Amino acid sequence: MDFELSAEQRAVRELCRDFAKEVVAPAAEELDRDHKFGYDIVRRMGELGLFGLPFSEEFGGAGADFLSLCLAIEEISRADAGVGITLEAAVCLGAAPIYDFGSVAQKQKWLPDLLAGRKLWAFGLTEPEAGSDAGATKTRAELRDGHWVVNGAKQFITNCGTEISAGVTVTAVTGKNKRGGPEISAIMIPTGTPGYHVLESYRKLGWHSSDTHPLSFESCEVPVENVLGERGGGYRQFLNTLMGGRIAIAALSVGVAQACLDASLAYAKERRTFGVPISKHQAIQFKLADMAMETELARTMVYRAATAYSHGGGKATDDVRMLAAMCKLYASETSKRAADQAVQIHGGYGFMEDYPVARYWRDVKVNEIGEGTSEVQRMLIARLLGA
Amino acid sequence: MTISWRSDNGCLVKIVVTVKQVPDPNSATLLESDNTLARDREVVLDPGDECGIEEGLQLKEAHGGEVILVSMGPERAKDAIRKGLSMGADRGVLISDVQLAGADALLTARALAAAIKPEQPDLVICATESYDGSTGMVPPMLAELLGLPQLTIAKKVEVDGSTIKVHRQTADGYQVVEASTPALISVTAGIAEPRYASLKGIMAARSKEIKQVGLSDLGIERGEPGETIEGIADAEARKAGAIIEDDGTAVDRIIQVLAQAKVV
Ligand SMILES: Cc1cc2nc3c(=O)[nH]c(=O)nc-3n(C[C@H](O)[C@H](O)[C@H](O)COP(=O)(O)OP(=O)(O)OC[C@H]3O[C@@H](n4cnc5c(N)ncnc54)[C@H](O)[C@@H]3O)c2cc1C
Ligand SMILES: Cc1cc2nc3c(=O)[nH]c(=O)nc-3n(C[C@H](O)[C@H](O)[C@H](O)COP(=O)(O)OP(=O)(O)OC[C@H]3O[C@@H](n4cnc5c(N)ncnc54)[C@H](O)[C@@H]3O)c2cc1C
Repeated sequence: MDFELSAEQRAVRELCRDFAKEVVAPAAEELDRDHKFGYDIVRRMGELGLFGLPFSEEFGGAGADFLSLCLAIEEISRADAGVGITLEAAVCLGAAPIYDFGSVAQKQKWLPDLLAGRKLWAFGLTEPEAGSDAGATKTRAELRDGHWVVNGAKQFITNCGTEISAGVTVTAVTGKNKRGGPEISAIMIPTGTPGYHVLESYRKLGWHSSDTHPLSFESCEVPVENVLGERGGGYRQFLNTLMGGRIAIAALSVGVAQACLDASLAYAKERRTFGVPISKHQAIQFKLADMAMETELARTMVYRAATAYSHGGGKATDDVRMLAAMCKLYASETSKRAADQAVQIHGGYGFMEDYPVARYWRDVKVNEIGEGTSEVQRMLIARLLGA
Repeated sequence: MTISWRSDNGCLVKIVVTVKQVPDPNSATLLESDNTLARDREVVLDPGDECGIEEGLQLKEAHGGEVILVSMGPERAKDAIRKGLSMGADRGVLISDVQLAGADALLTARALAAAIKPEQPDLVICATESYDGSTGMVPPMLAELLGLPQLTIAKKVEVDGSTIKVHRQTADGYQVVEASTPALISVTAGIAEPRYASLKGIMAARSKEIKQVGLSDLGIERGEPGETIEGIADAEARKAGAIIEDDGTAVDRIIQVLAQAKVV
């Protein structure tokens, strides 16, 4: 067993760490305060090649592995989790399904722009009446004269409403399967298709620099070849997509947990009470020690899951499913505890937006919700245990 | 050496950039019991050398040629070389030998010179001083050992045929200094904003050569250190300054104080 990162993985981490510190972090406060999407940052991340990291060179990717992507997401999220989720969703939810399941024509048409970060693609699974229970999709797509006609609604969709959003892959019921249940297919809908409406953006608790909207589809027509992969493959596809996504969300969570520790340690050494820096009070030391330990444990779990996912060729085996669920669950809850303690260590200042920990505190909650809630991860783990 | 700057006829130009791996400047400095820097922590490519690499790459982009990185350090100093390779440099040489542990500036310069000489470069680029040792002695020693003219503290470089001209930073402006190539320059951080390595660059660096050599390959011996660190003492704590309260005459009194200190 070798716990060392490879030379390339270390280089990716160092590059992203420098870029995050020099470019992402200085902009984070303003993007958060003004709820602004960081177009310039996204463009520069694209130039560095971050959006194409785990994909082959054939379509403009960098040919790195999935752990390298996780390292990039961790470092970017350490500076701004909103930018981190933009990268995560663009790669794991937007580009990866096209790369994994798309036809050659679909890949050639969309991937070069997506992998260069010039365009973003979204993934629309969640609906007003289908979240944790994603199989309960109500959105329908009917085949009429060589076109899919899509009707329905999606909600909480990341990266669908920016100036560079090129389209969305939605899951929709396209008929009945052999067992009489709904046949779910994934259909690609380019931005600007008549009947595809991106509604007003949400007012979110955190992740202010990310783009999230509800979507509605009114007799929205796309050519029959816009089905992603095979008809009826939608359910299997999104389970697979979410598995990589979960590991990546865990990496994002580790990044914010680390940011909480960085900020808390620095503040605790500076702030004095009763004649000494508060870092000399044992109660504060224990908080710092716990934060450091849990962050490191979560990171180790992410590395392990990401490596297993890469070695399995991105396939959903039970082992990888288990690791993905565990690392998402543990890392997201770690980030929430870390942010909570970070605010506590900052005292009254922790409650003020003058220090970044207030933003971290608002940002971490969603880690326990997006791409499968903590309850859903526990259900998955229990099911895989055979309980 | 009589190689001239051969950009005009499109021939290869060879640029060697010396690169050092140093403890991360963002983390606290720790000393070993023998007063040398502890190296077992996070290490990075010296930020000053990043600027040297950037300048080398810009010259290569303008005039064609090859950028070779040379470093002396333990095995893991390959990471520093690899970072430069992923920025776009062509290949690297790592001088690594247990006998070199704790080398002083002269031994460092001798080892670097021995590795650089066979490359017959047109230009050697160093940083003015390293982030950790910061003796600033390696570049001048290296120039001497290679028999090259040396242009120091360069904040701008121009190349024209076999002439190299630098803007040399001084306290109150800059001097324009010129030499014929081959030459060695030491550059300041102001010379060029280092680019980020791209992901494609990182992947491409995997297949670029890093040649590793030891002392015997270079045909040099360690010898006795020319300098040793006898002791380390904390700098004297800065004394609190005088506070001049403004009762209407503050400006005049401040000018008086400055005049006494011969600042104005
Ligand atoms: C900022 C943001 C961005 C998002 N981006 C995307 C995106 O790009 N694409 C996309 O498709 N979706 C996206 N989502 C949606 C996200 O994946 C869902 O919100 C999440 O899966 C939960 O679904 P829900 O909101 O419908 O909650 P519900 O499913 O309604 O759950 C409500 C509560 O009930 C619990 N619960 C549900 N079922 C059970 C059960 N069987 N046992 C025990 N407890 C249960 C849940 O854990 C939760 O606590 C995003 C969400 C947010 C907040
Ligand atoms: C007796 C003695 C023992 C020492 N032991 C140690 C030790 O154990 N650990 C330790 O950290 N330091 C040690 N040092 C200091 C170390 O040897 C010096 O850092 C080294 O000699 C280079 O000097 P400098 O860093 O001051 O370089 P400077 O002259 O300040 O460097 C200027 C430039 O020269 C180039 N350069 C310098 N060194 C290298 C290199 N190794 N490879 C490639 N390019 C280079 C770079 O471009 C650099 O930016 C020791 C010094 C002495 C005198």
